[in-house]
Amino acid sequence: MKRFLLLASLVFSLSGCTEKKPDQPTVAIGAKKFTESFLLAEMGANLSRQSGVVAERKDLGSTPTLWIALTQGDIDVYPEYTGTITRQILKDDPPDLAAALAVHGVRMSKSLGFRNNYALGMRKDVAAARGIRTISDLRNHPDLRLRFIDEFLDRPDGWPGLKRAYNLPQQDVKGMNHTLAYAGLVEQSLDLTEVYTTDGEILQHDLIVLEDDRKFFPDYETVWLYRADMQQRLPTVVAQLRLLEGRISDREMQEMNTRVQQRKDKESDVAGEFLTAKAIGGAPPADDTLAWRLWITTVEHLKLVVPSLLAALLVSVPLGILASRRMRLGQVVLATTGVLQTIPSLALLLFLMPLTKWLLGSGIGAPTAIAALFLYSLLPIVRNTYAGLMGIAPSLGESAEALGLTRWAILWRVELPLAAPTILAGVKTAAVINVGTATLGGFIGAGGYGRPILRGIDKYDLPMMLEGAIPAALMAILVEGIFGMVERAIARRRG
Amino acid sequence: MFELNGVTKRFAGHPALGPMTLTIPTGKTTVLIGPSGCGKSTLLRLLIGLIVPDNGTVSFADQPVTLATAQSVRRRTGYVIQDGGLFPHLSARGNVALLARHLGWPDTKIESRIAELAALTRFPTEGLERYPHQLSGGQRQRVGLMRALMLDPDALLLDEPLGALDPLVRAELQDDLRTIFQSLRKTVVLVTHDLGEAAFFADRIVLLKDGAIVQEGAPADLWHRPADPFVTRFVQAQRGPQIPAEAA
Repeated sequence: MKRFLLLASLVFSLSGCTEKKPDQPTVAIGAKKFTESFLLAEMGANLSRQSGVVAERKDLGSTPTLWIALTQGDIDVYPEYTGTITRQILKDDPPDLAAALAVHGVRMSKSLGFRNNYALGMRKDVAAARGIRTISDLRNHPDLRLRFIDEFLDRPDGWPGLKRAYNLPQQDVKGMNHTLAYAGLVEQSLDLTEVYTTDGEILQHDLIVLEDDRKFFPDYETVWLYRADMQQRLPTVVAQLRLLEGRISDREMQEMNTRVQQRKDKESDVAGEFLTAKAIGGAPPADDTLAWRLWITTVEHLKLVVPSLLAALLVSVPLGILASRRMRLGQVVLATTGVLQTIPSLALLLFLMPLTKWLLGSGIGAPTAIAALFLYSLLPIVRNTYAGLMGIAPSLGESAEALGLTRWAILWRVELPLAAPTILAGVKTAAVINVGTATLGGFIGAGGYGRPILRGIDKYDLPMMLEGAIPAALMAILVEGIFGMVERAIARRRG
Repeated sequence: MFELNGVTKRFAGHPALGPMTLTIPTGKTTVLIGPSGCGKSTLLRLLIGLIVPDNGTVSFADQPVTLATAQSVRRRTGYVIQDGGLFPHLSARGNVALLARHLGWPDTKIESRIAELAALTRFPTEGLERYPHQLSGGQRQRVGLMRALMLDPDALLLDEPLGALDPLVRAELQDDLRTIFQSLRKTVVLVTHDLGEAAFFADRIVLLKDGAIVQEGAPADLWHRPADPFVTRFVQAQRGPQIPAEAA
């Protein structure tokens, strides 16, 4: 226990160096988990900083997460696509989009210039050999092998609608991961897949984007979505962000995506260079070193693991004690913590966002991740506390009682020390699970080793993935080792 | 010292003891004996409120033993079970001092009391730092006895204290125990199923069967004036070593 507290105080004192100055105004910029969104968020951060505010990047998971975060006020702004706003967020196609968003306290900038539409892509040589240029041309080639992501196969504005609108005859249509589909297209194990018009791969593999001659796909104009109150709070930031309106062409976006995806250039560099070239931005922030990044992610990771584990310890041990005293209640406690364990971690994070917002004022970032990790850490500790107490030989319990100790004294001086090795094993399990699960904090901008891992997966950047995965594994091994040492020290004394 | 008045106890609907009326005399050694399941351990537990009777009353020094008073009764009573019942996470010293520490005795008082008890029980001082698994069965039993005597209780209850020991250690400990009982002049209640052991310790023997008293009296009464055929059988069932006669 003392070691825990020592570690915790160490982590918190060290983390001071990453905190921002409190009195400077801050803008929180959200991004989805893909390169283009990252690039735009970097540009937004770069532009914001020039108006003298602190710009925080919050890398969140998916559209629903960002929308909740924006309307709750966890983030101030993020880049979005008009097609996504109508279809996925509002689930409506209102004549006045700006007015419909204003109802939610959200404003929308003008288009940043490029569109990221759905489209169909093929190898240029295959298309040329068959004389295919438009989607209508596909009607004469029923033997083509089509592969789409599952979401596209299901959505009415995806393949089902497309098939109906163009009366397409293809039968060999299956689901496939987006990245794999590109690879398959190049190797000619399939003929056609859906693409996003700014995908770097289109340039990279020199693909043809078929013309949507019946105008089936809606426009996915890129815009900033920002909180209406920013107009009063941070008017200069809004003005800075809107400098980007109409500035980025489809081709420029494709090139920037390619630089990040293919050449593994850093988003902040690519974004900074673009802004400099357009004479609206400054240089990117000074480069950092691997050691510094590891230090930051390690501190962030510990700031997720240590508080959640300590909180779980403080709650689980009393719960375990309670469970061992009241049989009926004990079953309920064990079942409840067991069910918590089965909730998929991403779902749990989404559930917790509104709750932590209500409780703590912020639905994203470390508090939400800590809350989720706390819940996951309960079961091993509760269960082991319960098992440890129930496993005490009845004769020892009776000896303690016969001595004339009070119930509390029996618990504190006899039962808990006797159960301690089992409880400790539970804490060890919880800690190791916790270190691993904390990487999911990357999905909700909580930082830690999950950030480079998720970013690396998205960019298919192996060194970046390993920058998170290796330290996470090492930390888990270290935790296991430390607890193992304590366990052995206790076992040596008791035999 | 202890009195039972019309006490009955049932476990899960099955009668375990009674109705029983019994007086345990002050300053004497009373041995409870009988076959397995006769209720002798149940009786011992009733005396210090580890279990509560369904009917009747138990009293200690003329005060009723209830949930409210059990704690003070236990602090005036030492309790030793088979194999000592020592806590494995505490050293011998930690086990002996546990209750005194909890009650806030000063360290010097604890230390001098432990030294006194170690001498009384003939427990080697260097063994006090050892943990129970590092002690022999006999040593564990001596530590258990020290723990029971720490607060200088009025009564001492022992539940088959020597049951798990080999014969030589057992005989040695029997001698030591009897010396201790005689020097301390405490009220002692000892449970055993060994009649020889009972006769060795007892001022009075209480023979139990199926939760009821069959006969109570001096050891000689059981041999010479058995109350019923069961007593005779019980006495005769205890056999000493039968040594074959040597060939002439």
